[in-house]
Amino acid sequence: MLQKLRENQNIQGLILILPTLLFMVGLLIIPLILTTVVSFGRRSADGGVIYTFTLDNYARLFGYSTTCTNGAASCFDPLYVDITVRSFWLALETTVLVILLAYPLAYFIARSTPKRRTTFLFMVLVPLWTNFVIRVYAWMMILRTQGVLNGLLGAFAGLFHIPFTPFDMLYTPGAVLVGMVYEFLPFMILPIYTSLEKIDNSLYEAAADLGANPLRTIFRVTLPLSMPGVVAGTILVFIPVMGTFIVSDILGGQKVMLVGNLIQRQFLDARDPTFGSAASLILMVMTLIVTYFYTRKFGFGEEIIAV
Amino acid sequence: MPDFAVELRDVVKTFPTPEGGYVNAVDHVDMQIKNGEFFSLLGSSGCGKTTTLRMIAGFEWPTSGEVYIGDQGQGRKPPFQRPVNTVFQSYALFQHMTVFQNVAFGLEMEKTSNEEIKSRVGKVLEMVKLNGMERRSPRQLSGGQQQRVALARALVKLPTVLLLDEPLGALDLKLRKEMQLELKSLQREVGITFIFVTHDQEEALTMSDRIAVMSLGKVMQFGAPVEIYERPNCKFVADFIGETNFLEGVVQSSGDGTVRVQVPRVNSTLTGVARQEYKVGDPVVLSIRPEKIRLVETPQLNQNCFEVIVRNAAYIGSDTRLEVDLNGVKLKVWEQNHISTLDPRAYHQGTQTAWVSIMPENILVLPGE
Repeated sequence: MLQKLRENQNIQGLILILPTLLFMVGLLIIPLILTTVVSFGRRSADGGVIYTFTLDNYARLFGYSTTCTNGAASCFDPLYVDITVRSFWLALETTVLVILLAYPLAYFIARSTPKRRTTFLFMVLVPLWTNFVIRVYAWMMILRTQGVLNGLLGAFAGLFHIPFTPFDMLYTPGAVLVGMVYEFLPFMILPIYTSLEKIDNSLYEAAADLGANPLRTIFRVTLPLSMPGVVAGTILVFIPVMGTFIVSDILGGQKVMLVGNLIQRQFLDARDPTFGSAASLILMVMTLIVTYFYTRKFGFGEEIIAV
Repeated sequence: MPDFAVELRDVVKTFPTPEGGYVNAVDHVDMQIKNGEFFSLLGSSGCGKTTTLRMIAGFEWPTSGEVYIGDQGQGRKPPFQRPVNTVFQSYALFQHMTVFQNVAFGLEMEKTSNEEIKSRVGKVLEMVKLNGMERRSPRQLSGGQQQRVALARALVKLPTVLLLDEPLGALDLKLRKEMQLELKSLQREVGITFIFVTHDQEEALTMSDRIAVMSLGKVMQFGAPVEIYERPNCKFVADFIGETNFLEGVVQSSGDGTVRVQVPRVNSTLTGVARQEYKVGDPVVLSIRPEKIRLVETPQLNQNCFEVIVRNAAYIGSDTRLEVDLNGVKLKVWEQNHISTLDPRAYHQGTQTAWVSIMPENILVLPGE
C-alpha cells in the first residue's frame, strides 16, 4: 500500500491538494450551488425560503415592479438597476483614480536606490496593519462636518480672514470614492512596482540613445512594458470594489447604496435571502463578464510572475 | 569636416566608492578618434573603458574635461541630443515591439516619414541579414540575431559615431569570430566611425584600426594592433596583450636604437631594441614574446644565444609550448611545428639541453619600475 503510494504521483498530488480542495468545495462550490438554488426560491412570511422555481427575484432586479404608483399591475422601477450601474461606475472611477495615483508612486519607488525601495515599500504596506474597518472609520473622523479636514480648512481660512462654513463631505458619493481609493491603493502600487522594477535600466538608456526624450520614453517604453502590472492591479482593485459594502456603509450612509449594501441588507435587515442571493449572482456574473473581456484584451498580468 | 570624429580633452570621471571615498574611473584621458576609424577601447573590467564610452554616449557626464563629437563640445547634453548611437552589451531590445518596430523606433523619434522609415529599415535589416524577420518578436530570435537587431537599430539612424559596448560578449566563440569579421566589413561598408569596447585582446587585434589600452582609468598606449603587440610602450601593455617573458636588468650601454642590458638573474648581457632613450644604469624590463625565441641545436653567431635546459614540452598541434630553464630563470618558448612527423623528438620532447637564440629586435627594452 505504502509502496504503491510512493510510486503513484497522481495520488501524491491529490493528497497534497486535498485540504485546499475540501476548503474550496465546502466553502465555495457548495455555497454557490445553494445560493443559486435559493435565488430561484420565494421568501416565506417569517424570512425563510420556500424552495420552488420562480424568476421573480431576477425580474425585480431588472426593474419589474408590481407596486406601482400609477395603479398599473406592473411597471418599470429603476431602483436596482440604478444601484448596479452606480456600483459599476464607482468601481470604474476608483480603479482609474487608483491607477493614476499608484503609477507615479510605483515608478518613483522602482527608480530609487535598492535601500530606499525597501523603506518606501514598507511605508506602502504599513496602513494594512490596521484593520480595514478601522481605517474607514478614520476617514469618517477626517471627513465629517466637525472633522479634521474642515478644522484645517477653517483654520487656514481664519488666517486670511475669509468667512468659512464647514463643508458636508461625509455621506456623499465623493466620500465613498475617497475611501475606496485609499483602501485599495496598495493593491495597485505593488503589482505596478513589481513590473516596473523588472525593466532593465539599459532599456531606458536605449530609448534615450535612439532619440526619445523622457516623456516619449515613458509612453513608448515604460508604460507598455509595465502594462502587466497595471492589469494585475486592476483585477485586484476592480473586483473587490464592485462587491464591497463597508466603505459605502460607513462613509456613504444611507445615501450611497451599492450592490454590496443591497445584498447585505437583504440578508440582515429585509430578511429576504432569495432576493439577496439573486443580487449576489448578478453581481458575480457581471464581474465575471467584465473580467473576461478585460483579460481577453490585456491578459491576466501573468508576465509579472512569469518573466 | 572636423579633424576628429570624437575627441576627449583631459576627461575625468569620479565616482563615489561604497566606503565613502572617491575614485577616478576615468583619470585625465585625452583621446582623438579619427573619422571612419574602427577604434577599440581595450582593458580588463574596471579599467574605465565602459565609463569612457558612456560619457561619449551621454549616459554619464565628465566630472571635468570635455567630450567633443565632431567639433561640438557636448557638455551636459543628454543622450537623445547627441549624434551617436549605442549597441548595448545586453542588446536592450524592446520586447514589446517587433523587430521592425525596434529598428524603426529611432527614426520615429526623428519624425521621419513612414515611407522613408520603411525603406531605411528594410535596407538596414538586409545589411545585417535579417530580412524576413520584421514581424518577429525579439524573444523569438537567437542571441546572434538579437545582436544584429541591436546593431541595425543603432545603424539605421546613420550616427556619426557608433558606440559598441562589448556587443559580442554574450555570443559563443564560433559566432563571435564570425560576427567580428562581419562587423569589420560592415564598418568598411558604411564608413561610420566605430568605437568598440572589449576586454578580449584577440577581438581588439582582429577588428581595430587603432586600439587604446586602458588600465585604472588611464590610457596606457594608443596604437595600431601590430604596434600594440610588437612595440608595447610599457610592461603593463606587454603583459596584457598576448604572452611574454620578462627579465629585469640594468642598462649597460645604448646607442643606434639598441640597448645592452645586464640581467643579473641570468648572469649575462642581452641586446634589445627600445622606443625611448635610456641612460646607463637605468632599471629596465626586457619583454620577449615566447614565439620569438628560437630553439637551435648549436650556438649561432648571434648576440643573444644561451644554453638552456628543457623542463617541459607540451604538444598542442600547431605549436609545441616549452618551458626552458636559463640559469634558473624559466622562459616560455613556443616553437611552430612546421614539419609533419610522428617523431616526438622533432618537437624537442626528449631533448634535455638546447640553445635558444633571440634576435635583438625581438627583445623589447621597457622602462623598469
